[in-house]
Amino acid sequence: MRRTYLDFEEGLRALDRARDAARAQGDAETEAELVREMDERSRRTCAHLTAWQRVQMSRHIDRPFTLEYVAALCTDFVELHGDRSFGDDAAIVAGLALRGERALAIVGHQRGRGTAEKVRRNFGMPRPEGYRKARRVFRLAGRAGLGLLTFVDTQGAFPGTESEERGIAESIAGCIAELAGLPVPIVSVVIGEGGSGGALALAVGDALLMLEHSCLAVISPEGCASILERQRSPELIARAADSLALTAPRLRELGIADEVVPEPVGGAHRNPAEAIRLAGEAIDRAFASLDALGPAELRTRRDARLRAIGRAAVR
Amino acid sequence: MKGEGSGARPPAARRGAASAPSDDAAADPGLFVRCPACKERSYRKDVERRLNVCASCGHHFRLTVEQRLLITVDRGSFVELDASLAASDPLGWVDQKPYPERVAAARAETGHGDALVTGTATIDEVPVALGIFDFAFMGGSMGTVVGEKLARLIETAIARALPLVVFTASGGARMQEGTLSLFQMAKSASMLTRLREAGLPYLCVLTDPTTGGVAASLAMLGDVQIAEPHALIGFAGPRVIEQTIHQTLPKGFQSAEMVLEHGLIDMVVPRRELRDTLARLLRVLVRGAAVQAARADSSRV
Repeated sequence: MRRTYLDFEEGLRALDRARDAARAQGDAETEAELVREMDERSRRTCAHLTAWQRVQMSRHIDRPFTLEYVAALCTDFVELHGDRSFGDDAAIVAGLALRGERALAIVGHQRGRGTAEKVRRNFGMPRPEGYRKARRVFRLAGRAGLGLLTFVDTQGAFPGTESEERGIAESIAGCIAELAGLPVPIVSVVIGEGGSGGALALAVGDALLMLEHSCLAVISPEGCASILERQRSPELIARAADSLALTAPRLRELGIADEVVPEPVGGAHRNPAEAIRLAGEAIDRAFASLDALGPAELRTRRDARLRAIGRAAVR
Repeated sequence: MKGEGSGARPPAARRGAASAPSDDAAADPGLFVRCPACKERSYRKDVERRLNVCASCGHHFRLTVEQRLLITVDRGSFVELDASLAASDPLGWVDQKPYPERVAAARAETGHGDALVTGTATIDEVPVALGIFDFAFMGGSMGTVVGEKLARLIETAIARALPLVVFTASGGARMQEGTLSLFQMAKSASMLTRLREAGLPYLCVLTDPTTGGVAASLAMLGDVQIAEPHALIGFAGPRVIEQTIHQTLPKGFQSAEMVLEHGLIDMVVPRRELRDTLARLLRVLVRGAAVQAARADSSRV
C-alpha cells in the first residue's frame, strides 16, 4: 500500500517500512514491537499538534471520504443524482440508506483518489448544481420523514466563472436556509477540511460532530494570511491557522461543535476502519439524543442553538 | 404619496474639471471628488445633489449609512435599534494590528458601533424593519455583532409584523472572529427562515460590493432582489477567480447587470428610482401579508 506522509509524520515512514518487512518475513515479535513504537511516536506527535498541523491532517489524502463512511456504516445505500435543472455535480454525493433500523438521507462532499477521480470530483469543490442537488435531497428528507446525515469535507465551493454565473452564493444560501427550516433531525459530521461557506452549506443542523483532526474555518489559513498580511510565508500561515479558531477542540469550547469524535492513534488516515467505526458510534448517539423531539421541538431547539452562536462575544 | 426624495431632480451638474482648476482641488480636496469609474472630477456638492451619482458616467458612489437613510426613509422616521452593541475580541486576534484597535478605528471613522445599522422607519409611509450595511466599517464584514443585530432586527420585524428591508455592502464574513463569523451566516439564514414562516416579506438591495459570506447567506435570500447599477455582486473575489482560471476576467464580470442577465436578481434600479421602487413593492407585499393574516385569524374562529 502506498502511503502519504506529512512532514511531521516523516519519522513513521521508516517504521512503516520496517513493520511491513517484519510482517512479510513472519516475524511477529518484531512487528508487534514496531507497532508499539509507532503508536507511541504517533501519540506524542498528536498530543502537541499545532492548528496548522491539524489543517494538514484534515486534508490528508489517506483519510476516509464520505462514500467510505456510507459503505461501512450503512446498508441499502442508493445514490441520487442531479439538481433537476442543470446537471449532476460529483463533488457532492447524496442518497438514501439505512443505518440499522434508522432511515436516512445522506449528503456529503466527495473528494477523489487518483488523478482521474480527483478531476471528476473537482477536488471536492462543488459548483452550484452540487448545492442544488443537496438542497433537493434536504427537502426530500423533510417530506419523507428521514433523518438527515451530512458529511463535510471540502476546501470550499469552486471559485470559477461558471460558479458565479450559475449563482454559487444563492445555491449556498439556499442550502443553509433549507436546513434551518427542516422538520427532521439533522446530524452533521466534519470528517476533513471544512472550508468556508461551501462547507457550512452542509453543516447546519441539530448536532455538529467534528473528528478530532478535522477543521471548520471561515477562510483557509493561506487565504487569511495573503489577505491580511499580503504574504503567504509559512510562519504567517501557521499564525493565521492559530488565530482562526478552526480546530475541533477550539470549536467545542466556542459552542459550535457539540462533540469531538476521537480518531485512532496517529489520525484517521492511519486506521480508516477504526475512524469510521468511532464516527458511527458518535452518529448513533447524536441521532438517539434527538429521537424524542417532534418537528416543532426540533425547530425551536435548532433556532435557539444557531441564535446563540457568538452571542457571548457581543457586548 | 409624497413626491420628495426620489422624485426631486438634481440641477444640471457642472463639469467639475471645467469649473475648477486643479490647484484648487489640491488646496481643498474635500471640495471635489473624483469618480473612480470615469476619473472625472466633480464639485462634491453637485455630486451629493445627484444622490452621489457621477454626472458624466452614472457611477453610483458608495454611501454612508446617513446618506442612505436620507434618500430612502421618510424624514425623521428612523429609530435606531441596538446602537450600543459592540464587538469584543472573542479569539484574541492579532495580525498587523490587534482586532480591538481596528474596531476602535472603524467606530471613530464611521460613528457606528459595527458594520450594520438597524432600526425601524417608514418608506413612503409604509413601516419597515431596516438594516443598512456600512462598507466603511471594516469592509462591511459580518461578525458576531452584525449577526446579533440582524437577528434582533428580524425578531422586531416578527413581533411588530413589519416587512424587512436590508441594504447590503460587504466583503463577507469577518476573518478576525474566525468560525464564529462563519456561523453568523447560519444564524441570519435561520432567522430569515423564521421571518418567511411568519409570512413577512424581505426585500434585499445589493449595493457595491456584496460578496463572500454575506452574499452566500442573507443577501441572496430576499423575496425580491434589487441591485444598484454596476454593483459588484458575487461569492468569490475577482482575484481568487482569476487565480483559479489563470485568465483575466472580462469587464463587467460579477456586475449587477451580469447577475441580472443570469437570472440571479430581479432588477437593477438606478438610485433616483430606488425609493419609489421599494415603496411600490412594499405597498403590494404588505397588503398581501395583511390578507393572509386575516385569513389565518378567521380560519381559527
